[in-house]
Amino acid sequence: MAQDPNNIKDHVELFHQPEYQELFERKQKCEGMAPPEEVAKYAEWTKTWEYREKNFAREHSVINPAKACQPLGAILAAVGFEETLPFVQGSQGCVAYFRTHFSRHFKEPFNAASSSMTEDAAVFGGLKNMIDGLANSYTLYKPKMIAVCTTCMAEVIGDDLGAFIGNAKNEGAVPKDFPVPFAHTPSFVGSHITGYDNMMKGILSNLTKDQKKETTNGKINFIPGFETYSGNLRELKHLIGAMGVNATVLADNEHNLDSANTGEYKMYHGGTPLAEAADSINAEATFALQTYTTPKTLQYIEKEWGQKTAAFRPWGIKATDEFLMALSEATGNPIPAELELERGRAVDAMTDSQAWVHGKKAAIYGDPDLVMGMLQFMLELGIEPVHVLVTNSTKEFEAEAKALLESSPYGQQATVWGGKDLWHLRSLLFTEPVDFLIGNSYGKYLWRDTKTPLIRIGYPLFDRHHLHRYSTIGYNGAINLLNWIVNSVLDELDRNTIIPSKTDISYDLVR
Amino acid sequence: MSTVEERKQLIKEVLDTYPEKARKKREKHLGVYEEGKSDCGVKSNKKSLPGVMTARGCAYAGAKGVVWGPIKDMIHISHGPVGCGYYSWSGRRNYYIGTTGVDTFGTMQFTSDFQERDIVFGGDKKLKKIIDELDELFPLNNGMTIESECPIGLIGDDIEAVAREKSKDIGKTVVPVRCEGFRGVSQSLGHHIANDTIRDWVFKPQDGQESDFDSTPYDVAIIGDYNIGGDAWSSRILLEEIGLRVVAQWSGDGTLEEMKLTPNVKLNLIHCYRSMNYISRYMEEKYGIPWLEYNFFGPTKIAESLRAIAAQFDETIQEKAEEVIAKYEPTANEIVAKYRPRLEGKKVMMMVGGLRPRHVVPAFKDLGMEIVATGYEFAHGDDYKRTTNYVKDSTVIYDDVTGYEFEKFAEALEPDLVAAGIKEKYVFQKMGLPFRQMHSWDYSGPYHGYDGFAIFARDMDLALNSPTWDLIKAPWKK
Repeated sequence: MAQDPNNIKDHVELFHQPEYQELFERKQKCEGMAPPEEVAKYAEWTKTWEYREKNFAREHSVINPAKACQPLGAILAAVGFEETLPFVQGSQGCVAYFRTHFSRHFKEPFNAASSSMTEDAAVFGGLKNMIDGLANSYTLYKPKMIAVCTTCMAEVIGDDLGAFIGNAKNEGAVPKDFPVPFAHTPSFVGSHITGYDNMMKGILSNLTKDQKKETTNGKINFIPGFETYSGNLRELKHLIGAMGVNATVLADNEHNLDSANTGEYKMYHGGTPLAEAADSINAEATFALQTYTTPKTLQYIEKEWGQKTAAFRPWGIKATDEFLMALSEATGNPIPAELELERGRAVDAMTDSQAWVHGKKAAIYGDPDLVMGMLQFMLELGIEPVHVLVTNSTKEFEAEAKALLESSPYGQQATVWGGKDLWHLRSLLFTEPVDFLIGNSYGKYLWRDTKTPLIRIGYPLFDRHHLHRYSTIGYNGAINLLNWIVNSVLDELDRNTIIPSKTDISYDLVR
Repeated sequence: MSTVEERKQLIKEVLDTYPEKARKKREKHLGVYEEGKSDCGVKSNKKSLPGVMTARGCAYAGAKGVVWGPIKDMIHISHGPVGCGYYSWSGRRNYYIGTTGVDTFGTMQFTSDFQERDIVFGGDKKLKKIIDELDELFPLNNGMTIESECPIGLIGDDIEAVAREKSKDIGKTVVPVRCEGFRGVSQSLGHHIANDTIRDWVFKPQDGQESDFDSTPYDVAIIGDYNIGGDAWSSRILLEEIGLRVVAQWSGDGTLEEMKLTPNVKLNLIHCYRSMNYISRYMEEKYGIPWLEYNFFGPTKIAESLRAIAAQFDETIQEKAEEVIAKYEPTANEIVAKYRPRLEGKKVMMMVGGLRPRHVVPAFKDLGMEIVATGYEFAHGDDYKRTTNYVKDSTVIYDDVTGYEFEKFAEALEPDLVAAGIKEKYVFQKMGLPFRQMHSWDYSGPYHGYDGFAIFARDMDLALNSPTWDLIKAPWKK
């Protein structure tokens, strides 16, 4: 049957037409694949405890990990600064991948340059690539700052960024006073969140050099962390604005990653002004909104800047309360009625919905801070986390997560799986099923295999639109999280009660 | 000034911004096609300049992402740090049928997740253990490939020795692919390297062995179709309808067994010449199998290609080809009648990878659309030669176009539609320009074959004629 011009079928329907189903049958004859009975047998086996034990006995192979590598985080840090071009020293394919990844998530352009190193650079080092690359990037894209990080190729051959950038400046690739901060970001150490930390520290140490003054500027610095919700930048600015905090956001990538369509393309949008970032050394304090994406940066700020630092994670009600109270204490400003109203609405929403989620069992995976934030919120709602999985885990995270879970009656069933991957999680979901799973788009394969409904919260979000434009922090973020969770639970309930005359007795209009 | 002269002037202006050293290099990659010339007049397959924002990827992307990755019944191990496998995980929409994680593995990510100690002490031992672990957890895998990431070649690991040893141990094909990202200048070398590993690790071990394959005079293989959105299937259906038997799909929805059977076919049909001409030439030399390039984009080329393919066979096939063309043409005409008036005269700029910068041109033409500029990420000279058969006088040709150049060309040429990749998509949409991704079909497809052309026409129309483009300018600013 050929296409009907008035009802054109794409892949979603086309391949279910009989002529394609017959084609697939013919194709099987040459495929040399196992017969269906055997496939079914092994498919069942992968659901068993026996398989789970084999799966968890893995020591070397990693299957479907929930982590990326350092430079991805590094370039996300860089684009939060005013007119800053990330520049990655090493093989060029990496940058193509990073740009693709961010573009697919944000549905925005993501600009970053590579020094395009090849075999000769592997032998002789990448100095020449750095010199030419900085000159080309500077001339073509007219940035105010170029932030350099590395791929594993440049790391393995030992390229020395500090020396190379100095050489490039001596050669006139960029002006001597042009800021070129850098960070070594080997992809065989840590993950993308480590890269974020390294780049943030690199940029701040470059921009604040010789900027220390006798007196403070009276401001507080805020570091969002590896933040992939542009809504969170907006929410952060809303909260600190409402609190009357004189603040510097280090760094503010909201506009670069959520720009307006005006019919005119601009490469750079907003971002923390470089002068303001340079003055961040003179702030009263620095507050981070994530813990595990900023350890080196915070340590550096405490040690080198002599500033007090603190990390908050304003996910859910209590943690937002704590954050606001800390801001109140730091500024002497009271928490305004506006935020009390927001708090009240969020709590109201939670009391409205709690019956539908109370005692629901959940699995969650993601970056350590996101998982901690979600655990805080789930425990406040009476949701019971069961499987808590973080591929890019640390001992500190595991201790913090366990302490939180132990402190709540709803956290008693949970196991924290540090360093495990999504193939491990598949076994966990088969052997100890839960009501829903929270994770990024890759969780859809777990949804398909284990039938555990997926609630998409995390990074990357490739297969749903606009979720990243919402906030997950603050009281407003709590309402968004609640909305996603409770309505997913209700959607699932409808899906499970939709068969006429069979299950639809519970297909209720009012819930 | 003629259009050719005007566009040459445009190129000159765009180049003027570059530092001199870079300008001299880039000017060789930019040109204007002049009617009657046998070449596009641009250099290609050269190193990308540092810092210019190339769209190119690397050898790993070409080997794992393009050639080997779609072979569905094998486990493809991204060997090295975690990133390469992560970023290329499930991104290309190589459709396949199978029970993922049991008999097929296409949308999974297997990595050795190198840590610092692996860089220092080497990863060979770890790799052996990984192969054992994976074979135990996925007993229905029909083999494995090992795709090297940058560090592997730099630290001197011997993945070939590991592959030989483990292949014996597990009794399956294990293919070492030396596709470190720093090799070559783009994805292209990765294609070549992957092609060579098929020759050395799939074909050579079976040469001279008796095959119990039941041949027919009509056996063909589809080469260089990655089944993006199901392209290979909507191509295969036509080949089967004209009476041919498709023995293998390389590599979309393909299996190792299909690859192994391919030396038995009578003709290799190549869609993406760039990424799989190497193995096709080898099969021609070694097994005497001729190959033929075809183009299944748009009814004009589909009919032409079906006739050219049928001409390689006997009259029964030729008659059936005519029947198939006659069967589909009325619908194709209806599609054109429906969409052409909505698309007539619209100008398109393209920039894609392997074959599409030329092969899609006739499909646009079938819809009355005109290509004003086109270029490739990683083409070679032979691709640009072939391109001359597709483009008309004064078409701007850019090789490995940089972000800066692409933006400037679009500003000057004012296309109605830009067709390139995800990294470009939002740049042009912010300019208010309709855009379609030509790598992933923007999550639609298939676009190959008659069934695919209908979808292609629908998609170009919905991109160009979406009412959203009219909302961009605020009324008080008009």
